[in-house]
Amino acid sequence: MIVYGVALLSACLILGMLIGELLGVALGVQANVGGVGIAMLFLVLASNSDKFKALVDGASGTGIQFWSAMYIPIVVAMAARQNVVAAFEGGMLAVVAGVAAVIVSFALVPVISKIGNSGTTSEESQ
Amino acid sequence: MEILETVFVRNSLVVAFAVVGLTIWISYFLADKLTKGRIHGSAIAIALGLLAAYFGGKATGGSTGVADITLLGGIGLMGGGMMRDFAIVATAFGVKLSELKKAGLAGVVSIFAGVIVSFVVGAVVAVLYGYTDPVAVTTIGAGAVTYIVGPVTGSALGADSDIIALSVAAGLIKSILVMIVTPMVAKTIGLNNPQSAMVFGGLMGTTSGVAAGLAATDPKLVPYGAMTATFYTGVGCLLGPSILFIIVDAIL
Repeated sequence: MIVYGVALLSACLILGMLIGELLGVALGVQANVGGVGIAMLFLVLASNSDKFKALVDGASGTGIQFWSAMYIPIVVAMAARQNVVAAFEGGMLAVVAGVAAVIVSFALVPVISKIGNSGTTSEESQ
Repeated sequence: MEILETVFVRNSLVVAFAVVGLTIWISYFLADKLTKGRIHGSAIAIALGLLAAYFGGKATGGSTGVADITLLGGIGLMGGGMMRDFAIVATAFGVKLSELKKAGLAGVVSIFAGVIVSFVVGAVVAVLYGYTDPVAVTTIGAGAVTYIVGPVTGSALGADSDIIALSVAAGLIKSILVMIVTPMVAKTIGLNNPQSAMVFGGLMGTTSGVAAGLAATDPKLVPYGAMTATFYTGVGCLLGPSILFIIVDAIL
């Protein structure tokens, strides 16, 4: 049943969000701490476990795959509802701060990727 | 016209599915014909979305881009946080636990490094622009982390509303830039495997930016980047009004 997969996906998200909110309260932070990431972990665990086979195999699995495939269209809709006008009306300071933060962060990707990677470099073709 | 509006408004989400589908079809057509597949179709679709959001915002004066146009209100629901998170979690289906473990440490390091580096860059820019008040500098620095961390930090510290607006703008610029630039620089920064995607998500942190940037680069990398990115805002909200503010206060 397709809905079993969708229900499992929903349960993972809600459980993750609840834990994320609780983490936020525990840390005294006004934000959800990693709710989506925790939900993803639940889904990974469920899809790798035998106990949940009935909820992730066959038709049930297609219920999850459908939403996974809807990801890009949803992201396009998300782009279309961004407050792009406000972003550019913030003036030069906002632009410079945003651009500089992005450049420095991009530059750090190859540097930090090396962490914990030294033992497994032989696997990489480069 | 009135009938059209009634039907569109009553079925807003369905209209959104049709409009987004059409946009993606046009984008893939353009990617194929004009760029011979060099630019990913979804990158064009996302750019079109942002462009439409700009004109939508200009036309309506609202804050949610195209979604403020009555006939396209469903875009707001389809592209809202609930659907975005639902679809992001779904992308984790089929991810191997071993891949996550391999990049675990680098992923955690990248989240803290990402928050601190973006904050420092934003704060330095604020100082260069003549801000000396620690609250303002911290708020603008937090805005360079993400557009959520900025206002959360600003309101915790009691910053003025124009400073908070500035921090939101800085975060929005960052998010939009990550969406557009990621597919262009992916090769240069080695963004082609799950590990570097996790580090990328942790360093950039803006969930929207990472989500769209990776979608336009390689959809297979999405779950890895999204996984770390979703912890970033929480860590930012944790560090911003506390340790980072104390450090800024001590320096200025």
